[in-house]
Amino acid sequence: MNPAISVCQVASSRVQHDTVTGPAIVVRALEREFGERKALAGVTFEVREGEIFGLLGPNGGGKTTLFRILATLLPPTRGIASIQGHDVVVDPAAVRRAIGVVFQATSTDKKLTSLENLIYQGHMYGMSGASLKKRAMELLERFGVADRAGEYCEKLSGGLRRRVEIAKGLLHGPKVLLLDEPSAGLDPGARRELREVLEGLKKDGTTVLLTTHFMEEGAMSDRVAILDRGLIVALGKPDSLCAESGTDVISVRSREPVKLKEAIAAKFQAPVSLLDGQVRIERSRGHEFVPQLVESFPGQVEAVTVSKPTLEDVFVRKTGRSFVEEPAPAAPKKGH
Amino acid sequence: MLLPAFSLAKRELVRFFRQRGRVIGALATPVMFWLIMGSGIGRSFAGEGGDYLKYAFAGTTTMILLFTSIFASISIIEDRREGFLQSVLASPAPRASIVLGKVLGGTALGFVQAFPFLLLAPTVGLPLSAVGLAAGAASLALTAFFLSSVGFFFAWRSESVAGFHGIMNVVLMPMWLISGALFPLAGARTWMGYAMRANPLAYGLSALKSAIIPGAQEPFRMATSFAVIACCAAAAFVACSVSVKGDKA
Repeated sequence: MNPAISVCQVASSRVQHDTVTGPAIVVRALEREFGERKALAGVTFEVREGEIFGLLGPNGGGKTTLFRILATLLPPTRGIASIQGHDVVVDPAAVRRAIGVVFQATSTDKKLTSLENLIYQGHMYGMSGASLKKRAMELLERFGVADRAGEYCEKLSGGLRRRVEIAKGLLHGPKVLLLDEPSAGLDPGARRELREVLEGLKKDGTTVLLTTHFMEEGAMSDRVAILDRGLIVALGKPDSLCAESGTDVISVRSREPVKLKEAIAAKFQAPVSLLDGQVRIERSRGHEFVPQLVESFPGQVEAVTVSKPTLEDVFVRKTGRSFVEEPAPAAPKKGH
Repeated sequence: MLLPAFSLAKRELVRFFRQRGRVIGALATPVMFWLIMGSGIGRSFAGEGGDYLKYAFAGTTTMILLFTSIFASISIIEDRREGFLQSVLASPAPRASIVLGKVLGGTALGFVQAFPFLLLAPTVGLPLSAVGLAAGAASLALTAFFLSSVGFFFAWRSESVAGFHGIMNVVLMPMWLISGALFPLAGARTWMGYAMRANPLAYGLSALKSAIIPGAQEPFRMATSFAVIACCAAAAFVACSVSVKGDKA
């Protein structure tokens, strides 16, 4: 795979707008209810021009609802959402022209070729003819799918198909790209490639808002908002969020993690939890703690890692719950 | 904005011909029903020359249109939740042209299947004239447009394919059953006669019969049939557009 996945050249044909006025996306006190359930309970944030903004959170946290409101596919119950100065409720047509949308569920037609998919997409935006075909081929080339442009999309791997999806979203040269769970269902290799794609978009000045429940993807965003139960529980640069607590995270692998957890809690009076079968302790000056720990429980410790807190730890600290073990409530199928 | 509409309609046709299973699905069942019922009832049927195979021919053509519109409608439900239609709805293409594209697509699919079947008319003793064939084709197109619009209307409101099956059973199938496809209006009981007269599809079928059966004893005048099915098709299409526009989601 050609690693030079960049859309800089493609985007150079785009009209540069020089009067940078205000943020690319504004969301204010946004609420959305599904009957009794509040999927969004008052969310406020802004996304700056050219920024990669990650919406993180467990399934059912409100990410997808927010995404669909921004994509003009779901009206908010209350509050304001606008993209490039266009309100999603007042002027959805202007928002639709301004944004590219990449859905989590594949939106490429599997019985059409990659090129055909882009051509049909272009028609929806009033593009046509030779210029459309040229633009489509350029994008397929950028994303390394050009050699398979004539194959039905059903023949492509998940990673390739996702790239066609992104090419589709960028076809009309939107200034803002919305990506819903772009890495879901991709293998690690394809996820790495996706990251390169995002970096290319950033270089090119496209504002990107992505939703994800993968923490690594959050970490590569310029800023993230962590959504939980319809509220933003943390907002900021990934590094600053992680550094906030100033503690280290010590993970211990053991044959009997439950027993060890209780023993550690009794002996050190430190917050101890179980995450993914490992004992997890948050403590400042972790490197000094490790020798004590190993000496106190000889033979019980199989492996120890000391790390700076990740976004996952930020989530745990802010909500008091494990990110991974959060039961995913059945997403309401109705109208969203 | 006709470009999105024609593009969407074209996509339906392209997809259709790339999926051989679908080509058979919408055509085989009606033809099988027709052969079984037509040959089975055969000359026990007292109406219209006493040949049921001949009587049910036009109704079978309508059934092909009905089945095609049902399949096309089901594809809307799936496509909208997790498919191609998602990105169409997020595009600036006007809502009315999206509806037009889907309905025209369904119409075209119905037509390309029903029309070849229509050409078999001479095999059951229904000679086709050029004029008859042209009028027949026109009635097929109108009926297909009507059925596609009705299918779209209900599919758009259905949360799931399962929900749509309910509509299919209580609305679409009965509409066909009492369209005159299976039995003529002339011999029906009074209340059934009223129901048949209130059924838009009865006019579509009557238009087809008037076109392809010379001297057909139809309950409605040919011009009336064409006018009614055309108006109903237009009304159903408007209902779809209004429904989609009003639906902010």
